[in-house]
Amino acid sequence: MNFDFADQAPKLMMLLWGLVAFAVVVGGLLVLLDAVPAFFARRREAQLVAASVSGAPLPRRTKPREGLFALFFLLPTVLLLLIGLVVPAIRTTLLSFMDSSSQNWVGLDNYRWMFAEDAIVRVLLNTLVWVTLVPLVATAMGLLYAVLVDKARLESLAKSLIFMPMAISFVGASIIWRFVYAYRGEDQEQIGLLNQIVVSLGGEPRQWLLDSPLNTLLLIVIMVWIQAGFAMVVLSAAIKAIPSDIIEAARLDGVNPWQMFRQITLPSIRPALIVVVVTISIATLKVFDIVRTATNGNYDTSVIANEMYNQAFRYGENGQGSALAVFLFVLVVPIVIFQIRNLRQQRREG
Amino acid sequence: MTTTTPPAAIGTQATEQRSTRAARVSRRLNSRIATLVAIVIAIVWTIPTFGLFVSSLRPEAEIKTTGWWNFFGNPEFTLENYQDVLFGQSSSSGQLASYFINSLVITLPSVLFPLAFASLAAYALAWMNFRGRDWVYISIFALQIVPLQMALVPLLSFFSRGVSLGGVTLLPAWNLDGAQNFAQVWFAHTCFALPFAVFLLHNFISQLPKDLMEAARVDGATHPRIFRTIVLPLVAPALAAFGIFQFLWVWNDLLVALIFAGGSDVTAPLTVRLAELAGTRGNEWQRLTAGAFVSIVVPLLVFLSLQRYFVRGLLAGSVKG
Amino acid sequence: MAFHARPRQALAIAGAIGLALAATACGTGSNDKGGSSNAGSAECAPYEKYQGHDGKKVSIYSSIREIEADRLDQSWKQFEECTGIDINHEGSGEFEAQLPVRADGGNAPDIAFIPQPGLLQRFAERGQIKAASAETKAMAEENYPADWLKYSTVGGTFYGAPLGSNVKSFVWYSPKMFQEKGWTVPTTWDEMIKLSDTIADSGVKPWCAGIESQDATGWPATDWIEDVLLRTQGPEVYDQWTTHEIPFNDSRIAEAVDRAGTILKNEKYVNGGFGGVRSIATTAFQEAGVPITQGKCALHRQASFYANQWPSGTRVAEDGDVFAFYFPAIDPAKGKPVLGGGEFVVAFSDRPEVQAVQTYLASGEHANSRAKIGDWVSANKKLDLANVANPIDKLSVEILQDEKSVFRFDGSDLMPAAVGAGTFWKGMVDWINGKDTATVLQGIEGSWK
Repeated sequence: MNFDFADQAPKLMMLLWGLVAFAVVVGGLLVLLDAVPAFFARRREAQLVAASVSGAPLPRRTKPREGLFALFFLLPTVLLLLIGLVVPAIRTTLLSFMDSSSQNWVGLDNYRWMFAEDAIVRVLLNTLVWVTLVPLVATAMGLLYAVLVDKARLESLAKSLIFMPMAISFVGASIIWRFVYAYRGEDQEQIGLLNQIVVSLGGEPRQWLLDSPLNTLLLIVIMVWIQAGFAMVVLSAAIKAIPSDIIEAARLDGVNPWQMFRQITLPSIRPALIVVVVTISIATLKVFDIVRTATNGNYDTSVIANEMYNQAFRYGENGQGSALAVFLFVLVVPIVIFQIRNLRQQRREG
Repeated sequence: MTTTTPPAAIGTQATEQRSTRAARVSRRLNSRIATLVAIVIAIVWTIPTFGLFVSSLRPEAEIKTTGWWNFFGNPEFTLENYQDVLFGQSSSSGQLASYFINSLVITLPSVLFPLAFASLAAYALAWMNFRGRDWVYISIFALQIVPLQMALVPLLSFFSRGVSLGGVTLLPAWNLDGAQNFAQVWFAHTCFALPFAVFLLHNFISQLPKDLMEAARVDGATHPRIFRTIVLPLVAPALAAFGIFQFLWVWNDLLVALIFAGGSDVTAPLTVRLAELAGTRGNEWQRLTAGAFVSIVVPLLVFLSLQRYFVRGLLAGSVKG
Repeated sequence: MAFHARPRQALAIAGAIGLALAATACGTGSNDKGGSSNAGSAECAPYEKYQGHDGKKVSIYSSIREIEADRLDQSWKQFEECTGIDINHEGSGEFEAQLPVRADGGNAPDIAFIPQPGLLQRFAERGQIKAASAETKAMAEENYPADWLKYSTVGGTFYGAPLGSNVKSFVWYSPKMFQEKGWTVPTTWDEMIKLSDTIADSGVKPWCAGIESQDATGWPATDWIEDVLLRTQGPEVYDQWTTHEIPFNDSRIAEAVDRAGTILKNEKYVNGGFGGVRSIATTAFQEAGVPITQGKCALHRQASFYANQWPSGTRVAEDGDVFAFYFPAIDPAKGKPVLGGGEFVVAFSDRPEVQAVQTYLASGEHANSRAKIGDWVSANKKLDLANVANPIDKLSVEILQDEKSVFRFDGSDLMPAAVGAGTFWKGMVDWINGKDTATVLQGIEGSWK
C-alpha cells in the first residue's frame, strides 16, 4: 500500500515526451514557416542581383502565396478534426440509414421511428425547451450578476462563488442538486433543502423529480447553475473592456443606470454576448450527464443527447442512436446560419 | 447680456444640482439594491455546494437521515468520508495519488496542444486571405455539435486498427502499452477541443486592430512573425481563458478517459477512480460528497490563481479596432 | 457505523479504521507474494492441463470492482503462479456501455464477464466473440446445469461458462423482529399476504422497496414481475415471454404484473420507512431494505447480493439481525421456481492462453478457490458447500444445487437491451409512478421489434 514513486516515473517520462513533442511540433512549424520564406526571399534577392548584373530581364515577381501559408497554419487543426470529428460525423450519418447492427441499409426507417414513437417526440420537445431556456436564463443571470458586482468590493470573491459550479463536473453538479431535491416521507425529517423549505412554510414535501413538466425545469436549473458562471466571467470581462471615457461621457450626460446599461453596456458587449449565447446553446444541445445522473431520462425528462447515448451504447441500436445524433446536427443549423450572418457583418465592419 | 441671464442660469444650476442630488440618492439606493440582489444570487448559487461540503463532514447515518443544516445545531464531525475516498478499501485499485498524477499527465498536454493548434488556425482564418476561408471557419464552428459519444468508436478504431484503404495500410495501428496510452487520450482531447477553441480564439484574434496588422505587413513582417510577436502577446490572456475552460473540461472528463485510458491506476484519471468509488455501492452520499470535494479542489485553485490574468485577457480581446 | 452516537470519539475511530484498512491491505499483499512460483510443485498439480503459456498475458474486463475485484484477483493467483499466465483484470461501472465501444473500436479485452445473455447474444450475432473451445465446453457441461448453459448458447454455438451467480427469489426480513412480534416466516403466497395484513394492522407498513439505481433505474421492479410470473405461469410461459413468442401485453403477463401490484402499489403495504407508493421510484435499491433494521418495515424482496448492502454491523444470519426466506410459491403445481442471475465468461480472442483461462474459470478449482475467500455464490456443481461460509450464500448455493429447483435467468437480461434494459425498466418506473398496467405493457410491447 506504500506509495511507490518509482511507479510514477514512466508516466512522468511520458509527460515529458508529450511536452517535447509539443515543443517540436509547434516550434518546428513556426520556425519552418519563418525560415522557408526567408530562404526564398534571399534567393530572389540573389536572382535580382544576378539579373541586374547580366542585364537579363527581371524575373516576374511572384505573388505572396498566402494560401500556402494558411494551409500550414491550418494543417494540424484540419488534420485532427478530419480524424477526430469529420470522419465520425460522416460515419454517424451513414449509420443513421442502417439497422441496429450497422449491416443492412434501412432507408429512412430510423427517422420515421424517431417521429412515430411518442416517447421520442417527447424527448425532442424537451430538448427544444432546454435549448430555449438555458441560454436565455443563464446568460441573463450571468449578465445581471456581472453588472451588479462590477467594481464592487470583494468582486473577485463574489465572482468565484458564481464560477464555482463551473469547476464541478456535470455529474457532480447533478449529484449536488439531487441532494437539494431529495424527498423523505411526510412523517420523517427532510434531507433535501427544497422540501425542508416547503415544509417549514407549512407545505407538504413533494417528489420534485417525478412530476412532469416541473421536473424538466428543475433539471434546467442545474444547467443554468453551471453555465451562469461561464456567462458571468466572459461578460464581466467584456464590461470591463468598455473604454472608460465612453462611460464618463455618458455619466456627464446624466444618464441613469438603466439607460447606461441599454445604450452603452449592451452594445459594447454584443460580441461577447454572442459568444456566450452560442456556446451555451451548443453545450445545452449536447448535455446528457445531467439528465442521466438526475433522472436517467425517466418521468418524461429525457433529452436527445441522453436518448442517443442510451440507444447507441446501452441498447445497441446504432441506427436509431445515429439518427438522433444527426437530428442534433440539424438543430445546430440555425445557430450556424446566425454565425454566418455575424461573420459577414463583422467582415463588412472590419 | 449678463444682466438677463443670471436668473435663468441660477435656475438651471439649481435644477442641475437638484437632479444630481436626486441622481446621487437614487444611485446610492440603486447600488444598495444591487448589492442586495448580488448577495442573494451569490447565496442561492453557493448554498447547494455548501450543503454538500457540510454533508461531506458528517457521518453516514446522519447524512442519510437528517438535513445538513442540522449540523449547526448538532455538530457531529468526521473525516471518515475523506478517509474512504482518499485511501479506498481495495488494494488492487491503487492509491489516489497515482490517479492524481494521471490526471495531471493527461491534462497538461491536452490543454497545450489545442491551445497552440487552435490559435494558429484562428490566426489564419482571421488574418490571411485565401479562398474559402469563411467556409472553413464555419465548418470548424459547426463541428462543435458532433457529440463526443459518436466519435469514440471511430477514433478508437483509428488507434487500434490504423487506417487502411482497400487493403493498403496508410497508417499502422498505434499498439500502445501502459503509460503510452496517455498519447491516445491527448490526441482525443485535442480533437474534441479544437472546434470550440478555434471559435473562441477566432473571436478575439479577428477583433485585433486592423491598422496594427497592416502596419506590420508594410514593415515586411511575415505571418509567423506577426503571429508570434504581435498576436500572441495581445491575446495571451484570451489563451489563458480558453486554457481554463479546457482544463476544467479535461479534468472533469470521464467518458474520454474511460475509453482511451482504461480504468487501471496506470493511466486512469481521478474522475474514473471517484466514479468507481461512488458507484460501487450506489447512493453512498457520504462518499459522493467527499469525492466531489476532492475533485473540485484543483480546478478551483486553478481558477482562483488564473482569475486575474483571465479577466485581463478577455478585456484585451474585446477591444474593437 | 455504531459510533456516531459518540461524536468526540468518531474522529479517532475513523483514523483507527483507516489504519486497520491499510494494515489488512498490506497483509493480503504480503500473503500473495508468499505463493510458490514453481510450476512443478504439488500445489500446482491441478493446473497441469493449463501449462505451456508461460509469460502470456490475458486481459479481462468486467463490471466487478473494488473488494470483489480484489477477491477475484486473489482467486486466480495460484493459477497465475503455476501457469505463468498473467491475468490483468479491469472492472468498471460503465461496463455494459463500454464493452461494445471497445469491441467495435477493435480494442476488445481478451475475456469479458457478461451478466446479460441478451448482450452476449448481440456480440455472438455480430461475430465479435469466439466460440468456446472443446475443453471449455466439456468443462462447462460437466460442472453446470443445462438450465444455465443454454443462456450462453446462441444458434447452437456455445460461447462460455457461467462464473458467479445469485439467487433473486428472496425476501429479506428481521428474524429478531419476527421473534419479538411472534410472526412466522410464510411458506405460501397466501400466508405472505396474510402476514402483510397482520403487520399493516400493527401500524407498520410491511413492505419496503426501491428501484432507483442510477442509469439502471427500474430493474428491481422487473425482478418482482419475473418472480411472480414464474410462480403464476411456470417456466414455459416465462420462456415464451422472454423470447417474445407471446406478446409482452399478454393477459397472463398483465395478471402477474397486477398481482405484484397488489403489494407494490398498495398504499397500505408500502413504502415502509420512505413514504407512499411513488417513493419506491426514487428510493435507491441499496437503501431500500435498510428500514428493516430500524423497525420501520418488515419485508424486502431482493436478491442474495443484498447481503452486502446492510449497514455495517448488521448480522446476516438465520438468528441474526436480518436474513432472507425463499420467495414463496403461488401454485404448488408449478414446482419450486428460482429466479437468478450471473455472469458468463466469453472470449473475444481464441489465443490458446485465453482459452486456457476460460476453461480454468469454468472448473471446480476456481469455484472453490473463489468461494473460500468469501461472499460468493455459484451454480458450479463442484462447489463444496463447506467452502461457503456466509449463511445467505450457503442458502443460495443450496437452492441452486437443489434438484427440485427450476432455475430461470433474470428475464430482463435475456431480452434485447432496448427492451430489457430500456423500455421494460422505464415502463416499471412509470407503472410505480401511477400509470396503469395495460398502458405500460402496451408501450413495452410496441418497443419490441
